[in-house]
Amino acid sequence: MSAYYVDTKHAVGGSRRQSRATAGSRAIDQRPRARRLGLGREIPYAAHLGTILVLAIWSLGSLTGFIDQRTLSAPWTVATTAVDLIIDGRLQSNLTTSAIRVALGLAFGIGIGTALAVVSGLSRWGEAIIDGPIQIKRAIPTLALIPLLILWFGIGEPMKVTVITLSVIIPIYLQTHNGLRGIDNRYVELAETLRMGHGEFIRHVVLPGALPAFLLGLRYAVTAALLSLVVVEQVNATSGLGYMIELARTYGQTSTILVGLVVYALIGLLSDGLVHIIQKRALSWRRTLAD
Amino acid sequence: MAPYARGLTEPTVAVENLVRGFNGRTVLDGINLTIREGEFVALLGRSGSGKSTLLRALADLDHDVAGTGLLQAPEKKSVVFQDARLLPWKRVLENVVLGLADSQADERGRAALAEVGLAGREQAWPVELSGGEQQRVALARSLVRDPALLLADEPFGALDALTRLRMHDLLRQLCQRHRPAVMLVTHDVDEAISLADRVLVLEDGRITADIAIDLPEPRGHGDPRFASIRADLLQKLGVTINH
Ligand SMILES: Nc1ncnc2c1ncn2[C@@H]1O[C@H](COP(=O)(O)OP(=O)(O)O)[C@@H](O)[C@H]1O
Ligand SMILES: [Mg+2]
Repeated sequence: MSAYYVDTKHAVGGSRRQSRATAGSRAIDQRPRARRLGLGREIPYAAHLGTILVLAIWSLGSLTGFIDQRTLSAPWTVATTAVDLIIDGRLQSNLTTSAIRVALGLAFGIGIGTALAVVSGLSRWGEAIIDGPIQIKRAIPTLALIPLLILWFGIGEPMKVTVITLSVIIPIYLQTHNGLRGIDNRYVELAETLRMGHGEFIRHVVLPGALPAFLLGLRYAVTAALLSLVVVEQVNATSGLGYMIELARTYGQTSTILVGLVVYALIGLLSDGLVHIIQKRALSWRRTLAD
Repeated sequence: MAPYARGLTEPTVAVENLVRGFNGRTVLDGINLTIREGEFVALLGRSGSGKSTLLRALADLDHDVAGTGLLQAPEKKSVVFQDARLLPWKRVLENVVLGLADSQADERGRAALAEVGLAGREQAWPVELSGGEQQRVALARSLVRDPALLLADEPFGALDALTRLRMHDLLRQLCQRHRPAVMLVTHDVDEAISLADRVLVLEDGRITADIAIDLPEPRGHGDPRFASIRADLLQKLGVTINH
């Protein structure tokens, strides 16, 4: 109570002093604008400025004929091609096929990666058995396994989903395992003094404590899944976005390739945004007074 | 507080010839100590003198520390650390009732929060509280367990001076109401004198002073006996004061 009172008095005294200094010229704040050490004023629409500039150069180059249409179709050609592809249904059906592959791969990968991390993170035996093979698997780029996986599974959906799953398991496992093992020792002590049981300790302390690391792993996993998707669809596929792009390449349809790339970009941005939202929701306890 | 407890009751804590050391270096070298039911003991000592080592022994937190000696402490004990040590992913009330299994836990948690002046903040996240408020939650978390022994390791060490004085009042009230035996580790002589029934000084691994404080409440610097005890303790801690 008393501290608050002192503060108020200070504030009043302060403003009085200021108004005396500006007597006669009204109470306008005439202090010179202090230069801050930051980067200066914020630029409006800064995030989109570079993109708009690239689009403008692209359009201008296409209009003037400076950019060869066979190398890079004009933005409007890409747009009309996209509309055509949507009207005859090819874009949607290929997109759906690809989306199902990624979704399956992510679902299996997250499930398996988390399960492995929990077993290996919570028991010494689990770690002894699981961690070694995972580290070896990690050393081999997943895409290098494609030839072997084709021999095992053929070139159908199981092979494609397996490749994506394998590429998702690694980041999920690594981050989650790290999070489970990195629990602050102070919390372990606290749990002991509160006489928590082993189950309670894992449920209330270990798992929630590892959640931020798991979500970071999820972010990496989504990127890895998309990369694997692109590769498996270009190696051997008869459907999907990658197939659509490959087909367009053989016919020299630059604009269709570009539509495919735009869709990839949208998927990437959307999924990253989605993970970001999940992160914010799940980690709301982290919010500070500032935001 | 004095007439109630003195000499009539069983000791809550009994320590005999307690020895603890790290890597062959002895930190506690034969500690003897009893704390009676409801008695408030403050433990003073220089930084590194082994205060935390002793407190952690009483708290059963020293499994991997080498040592010998007899140690008797109640099952029902709570620890308050220097940091509030709240789980950041649990709301305030969840933190208070952490590990409690009974059906009335939430109700008792609310009551404990009200007692430390945090009614209405049950659903806040720990990051939304100030340092003093977080430490109040830690006190509530300890008290809701109805401890026979409250162990506190420099619980107010990280707080600013004003907040610390308020926390002293709060702790005094809470202890008068719940009457746990208390061992408060501190390096603040004034804090020790104004709160405790007995002040111990730990030096070179032994308890070198054991002073009963019979001053009437509220205790303050105005009382000349306060000043003389303070000077005495400071001297025992190796600080010479020039007037
Ligand atoms: N876990 C540990 N490992 C090794 N030495 C320790 C450990 N904990 C404490 N010590 C040593 O024991 C001595 C007493 O420490 P501590 O009890 O924390 O002192 P205080 O709490 O009085 O400041 C110090 O010299 C410290 O370095
Ligand atoms: Mg200490």
